[in-house]
Amino acid sequence: MEMVNLTIDGEKVQVPKGTTILEAARKIGKKIPTLCFLKGVNEIGACRMCVVEVKGARALQASCVYPVSEGMEVYTNTPAVREARKVTLELLLSDHNLECPTCVRNLNCELQKLAEELGIKSIRFTGEKHKAKYDDFSPSIVRDTSKCILCRRCVSTCHNVQGVGVISPNHRGFETMVAPVYDMSLAEVACVNCGQCILACPVGALKEKEDTDKVWQALQDPEKHVIAQIAPAVRVSLGEEFGLGRGAIVTKKIPAALRRLGFNRVFDTDFAADLTIMEEGHEFLERLQHGGKLPLITSCSPGWIKFCEHYYPEFLENLSTCKSPQQMFGAVAKTYYAQKMGIDPSKIFVVSIMPCTAKKYECQRPEMRSSGYQDVDAVLTTREISRMLKEAGINLAAMPDEEFDEPLGISTGAGAIFGATGGVMEAALRTVYEVVTGKELENIEFTSIRGVEGIKEATVEINGMNVNVAVAHGLANARKLLDRVKNKEAEYHFIEIMACPGGCVGGGGQPILSADERFEVDYRAVRGSAIYEVDRKMPLRKSHENPAVKQLYEEFLGKPLGEKSHELLHTHYTPRPRYPEAEEK
Amino acid sequence: MKLAAKKDSELAEKLMEVEKMLEKYKGQKGALLQVLQEAQKIVGYLPIEVQKRVAEALNVTLSEVYSTVTFYSFFNLKPRGKYQIRICLGTACYVKGADKVLSRLEQELGIKVGDTTDDLKFSLDACRCVGACGLAPVVIINDDVYGRMTPDKVPEILKNYE
Ligand code: SF4
Ligand code: SF4
Ligand code: SF4
Ligand code: FES
Ligand code: FES
Repeated sequence: MEMVNLTIDGEKVQVPKGTTILEAARKIGKKIPTLCFLKGVNEIGACRMCVVEVKGARALQASCVYPVSEGMEVYTNTPAVREARKVTLELLLSDHNLECPTCVRNLNCELQKLAEELGIKSIRFTGEKHKAKYDDFSPSIVRDTSKCILCRRCVSTCHNVQGVGVISPNHRGFETMVAPVYDMSLAEVACVNCGQCILACPVGALKEKEDTDKVWQALQDPEKHVIAQIAPAVRVSLGEEFGLGRGAIVTKKIPAALRRLGFNRVFDTDFAADLTIMEEGHEFLERLQHGGKLPLITSCSPGWIKFCEHYYPEFLENLSTCKSPQQMFGAVAKTYYAQKMGIDPSKIFVVSIMPCTAKKYECQRPEMRSSGYQDVDAVLTTREISRMLKEAGINLAAMPDEEFDEPLGISTGAGAIFGATGGVMEAALRTVYEVVTGKELENIEFTSIRGVEGIKEATVEINGMNVNVAVAHGLANARKLLDRVKNKEAEYHFIEIMACPGGCVGGGGQPILSADERFEVDYRAVRGSAIYEVDRKMPLRKSHENPAVKQLYEEFLGKPLGEKSHELLHTHYTPRPRYPEAEEK
Repeated sequence: MKLAAKKDSELAEKLMEVEKMLEKYKGQKGALLQVLQEAQKIVGYLPIEVQKRVAEALNVTLSEVYSTVTFYSFFNLKPRGKYQIRICLGTACYVKGADKVLSRLEQELGIKVGDTTDDLKFSLDACRCVGACGLAPVVIINDDVYGRMTPDKVPEILKNYE
């Protein structure tokens, strides 16, 4: 590798050719402020917050896009540099809807933090504010352009990471607004509700549709039996909001905290994940043995499902008909559990605590009322439940260890790994192998489909047959994989797709990291390893060994893919348009 | 949300022409600007139907196409009005108060510069010096030139185009 020598503020640095000034500076622990820069996602040099002096260059240079060269002399902290950054920031602030105390990003906002770090004491500019739009028609995502600083991190994420591309800067100059076409609502275009744009946004211009009020109300209502289900990925992320470090495992603290918040029962989506594996594993075998549509593609990720409906309707028949674990849980809670406990299902209020914004959309789909009621009443993101706990004065970090309630809180390690990319496939293989061969699987860890690589493949021998599987996460990767299948460049029997990069641990409802922190840590990988640690520590690690799931089949469902299962646990899909339709006039 | 579009029959023919034009640009993301210009030449403006076809052909998102169309002032989202109003914002006209005339025009028509009224009757554009500085400020409606304009004359003049 060709190396380049330069000095930054007089300090010698050696870095590989092609490195930017910003990266070189960070290597020696120098902090250059940034705003539009998001490593690997948005490197467009638009905001000029990161300017530095380069000796010999006429103007100040944006360090996030400026490559180093041999003998370069860089100054990151001159009066001119400091003044230029301040002017940039003050101009942004002068056209910003500054309402920090009531803003969803208060104390976790890059703009606010920069104002502190750059020592802004007053804003020297005043002027007209840009025309703003508040769009809360989507069931998942709220846009508040009064806080948008036009950094385009969301745009790059939506286009390049997710391969969706429904938001862009429209119009020009002072009128510029990041929005869907014709300034429509996100609800009117083919947005898949993944929430990845929220994670990319440095400020409060994008946020989830907040549902905490609904849940507070239910918790206060003595008539209501309020139950919670916690998604696998939440147990390795909620602790972050309480200062426990990235990927801290808080599985047993969550039941304690939620009980104190007033939930009548605290259950586990991992239970429903095990149930999903029973249904989906058998569906796979059914299709394999009886010439059904292959490859079978997993259906746990509602962002992926909506993506498939809009952009790849030709694959709808490949989708597993299994509902996602969240929805299986809801359907079982308001039927089996209601009967078993003798509770009127109309009095049960199911709250899902999810790493995901698309789940908010999913629970409102008309298909998701198999119990005769809306199966899941409210979905809270990891961020929302953290806000509720804080509002109630409950410090998760200080909670004792408690267990989930029975029976819908009993789970295996296979259910837990649903939270990381590759996990659903691995869980399915653990079960499918043993169901088909009747033998015990020796090594249950399928490491080749774990990890952060965008597309992963493996071939697994089951009873003399080579089963080809593939895993994709992040919808741009899903596109690549599906195009390969479409063009017959690859053939698989079984495919797992998760909308979010990293799988649910990287979900759009998860705690938000600043661009600086994302530069330092691969948070998805950290949370992912935590998920596998959860799995390793479980006494049972295969879904078909879950005693509560077995009991559910014995007492209620009969058998996987049976009549009751079809009624409660399976669903269907609808092709949707890729573009909004024009109205004639 | 209303998306301006002419009647299908009028548009259908032009769309076929656009499709034909697009054939030589299949998959060429970099050709977006040029393609939009050609499409506007054919249709006269760039309704969503045209933008969708451009997006499909070039393999870019509709959002990217719309972003580009709204960035450049020479692209029109709506068909031009039956009466095209141009107001000169050249120096001579400007110093004599063309900006006030423009505000009044925008107010009376309920549209901004570059836009077309919903009934497709008027479109409003600004232009540079039209060589009639002696008459400043100048407004031109189709082929009629109105000199020494004042904001108050605006409603009167618009009445000529009922
Ligand atoms: S986005 Fe940041 S700076 Fe703006 S109001 Fe919210 S917290 Fe304050
Ligand atoms: S939710 Fe996902 S699809 Fe929708 S705008 Fe955000 S990134 Fe794009
Ligand atoms: S919405 Fe957020 S991420 Fe998108 S451009 Fe505005 S400030 Fe940047
Ligand atoms: S230009 Fe470098 S961070 Fe925005
Ligand atoms: S400046 Fe308006 S006609 Fe010359």
